[in-house]
Amino acid sequence: MTPARVLVRLRLNAFRNYMTAALDLGPRHLVLVGPNGAGKTNLLEAISLLSPGRGLRRAGFETLAAHGSDGAWAVAATLDTPDGPVDLGTGSGPGETGRRVRINGANARAVEALSAYLRILWITPAMDGLFTGPAAERRRFLDRLVTTLIPDHSASVGEFEKLMRQRNRLLEEDGDPLWLGAIEGQMAERASAIHFARADCLAHLQGLIAETLGAGAFPAAGLALTQLFEDMAVPEAPDALEALLRMRWQQDRALDRAAGRTLLGPHRIDFEVVHAQKNMPAALGSTGEQKALLIGLVLAHARLVRQMTGIAPFLLLDEIAAHLDPARRAALFDALEGLGTQAFMTGTDPVLFAALGARAQTIAVRDGRFLAEP
Amino acid sequence: MANGGPEIEQLIQLLARLPGLGPRSARRAVLHLIKRKDALMVPLSAALDRAVAAVRVCETCGNVDTVSPCHICTDPRREQSGLLIVVEDVADLWALERAGVGAVRYHVLGGVLSPLDGIGPEDLTIEQLLGRAAGFSEIVLAVNATVEGQTTAHYITDRLAGSGVRITRLAHGVPVGGELDYLDEGTLSQALRARTAMDPG
Ligand SMILES: Nc1ncnc2c1ncn2[C@@H]1O[C@H](COP(=O)(O)OP(=O)(O)OP(=O)(O)O)[C@@H](O)[C@H]1O
Ligand SMILES: [Mg+2]
Ligand SMILES: [Zn+2]
Repeated sequence: MTPARVLVRLRLNAFRNYMTAALDLGPRHLVLVGPNGAGKTNLLEAISLLSPGRGLRRAGFETLAAHGSDGAWAVAATLDTPDGPVDLGTGSGPGETGRRVRINGANARAVEALSAYLRILWITPAMDGLFTGPAAERRRFLDRLVTTLIPDHSASVGEFEKLMRQRNRLLEEDGDPLWLGAIEGQMAERASAIHFARADCLAHLQGLIAETLGAGAFPAAGLALTQLFEDMAVPEAPDALEALLRMRWQQDRALDRAAGRTLLGPHRIDFEVVHAQKNMPAALGSTGEQKALLIGLVLAHARLVRQMTGIAPFLLLDEIAAHLDPARRAALFDALEGLGTQAFMTGTDPVLFAALGARAQTIAVRDGRFLAEP
Repeated sequence: MANGGPEIEQLIQLLARLPGLGPRSARRAVLHLIKRKDALMVPLSAALDRAVAAVRVCETCGNVDTVSPCHICTDPRREQSGLLIVVEDVADLWALERAGVGAVRYHVLGGVLSPLDGIGPEDLTIEQLLGRAAGFSEIVLAVNATVEGQTTAHYITDRLAGSGVRITRLAHGVPVGGELDYLDEGTLSQALRARTAMDPG
């Protein structure tokens, strides 16, 4: 399936180990090969910044500028879409802690505006321990899935976390109760939106996985959220959840003050994943099985996003071939075909991508520069 | 390494501290001033001197003017509407005046509540606002649509509960995360006309 949206041009300026670099691409997948430290992951990170949030490394914007530059960095891309070409760009000026977003030469009001043109999902080696590691990582992964579907989700999560830090600080300082109430009211508004966005997204994703159960080469995942309240079910209406959380936080002030943090909220839930065919927690699988489960989950979500928004997300697959046997690798490449999107893959060894054949364009990277096709 | 001597270097450094200017644009501005010394630099210097001598912060509303109380606070035509618009900064007050929102009065908070920056109610002009509130029929909380701005609006609403004054806020024509000073004037006056009541939670 030829992708409906193609990243045809990418330009980096003083981004990480790239001083200036330009890449022209056709409607095929891209494979980046090169030795350690060449700049493969940096390039995927640059593309990931064309979506809300801080990109696939979650780095501070001020760390992205190339060492020795004046501190300004920029990523610009041209996208071919069914409605014609679109120019997108993002970057920060020297000393700026935020970033700006430009669409067709004009400043965008918010980074979410990019989501009208493209969505992006990624898998990186840092996610290898996702199912065995801390709940916070799984929550972040879940929130990234949700954001790909509901672009405002990322901002809700960011605002909630900021408000919660404010509440914790005020509790510590024994602050004005009315002020606390104003903050808790705002937290409750965000928390309710966060909870229902997560729950809706998982319900849809689970439905889609159930439809195709056993069809692909990748295991199916069973998905669940842990309970928000230990002692009761979540109310069905967003307004009711908002009112309840607000009341609970007000009641829990003494408790939370003693604990030094907010004990109840959407920042405490865990995202539980089960290997559906084996009916076994994901964490108990082998390294390769866990990776396959993760890939299956992300591929299913990519299908869901395309179904629900009409935009097939670009896939950034860093070191994707590691831990996959040749059969799974071939299955992954075949699965990419059905998604109708462009995938950007990296590896140190081009041999691992041989099975892609003409479906991909291979580019060698070395010291922040692109070399001709090997 | 100072190019052009310490006086010029100091001027560059001072200008570079202004919002929206960095060292590079400050240097460009100073070179521009020097090139047009008589036409620009001398009048600018005189205007700065006069402003330094004349500027006053209004003791009533927090506006910046050459008299205190300011022209807005003493303008009798602004009495009738009974409308008091609460803003974060003087820049927002001026933006609303530019938008021509009508014969209203203002109250400048001097910022927003921000626990992480150590800014609490006592650092803003909230007490003064409570003191003025009874003289108005409606208070419009025209704070920015940021997390801190909205928290401040809810806090003030709670503090004013029972005062009998109608409390409203700008309609959601203001983009989320948006700052008033950057809005075009049409959007701003539209948002004021479509203001909505604050529910006291
Ligand atoms: N802000 C920066 N300025 C300059 N160089 C940087 C900056 N940040 C990171 N680098 C460098 O970029 C180089 C390439 O990093 P990258 O992670 O893209 O490598 P890679 O090709 O993915 O390698 P690997 O195969 O080991 O994953 C690293 O050597 C790193 O030190
Ligand atoms: Mg890498
Ligand atoms: Zn005044």
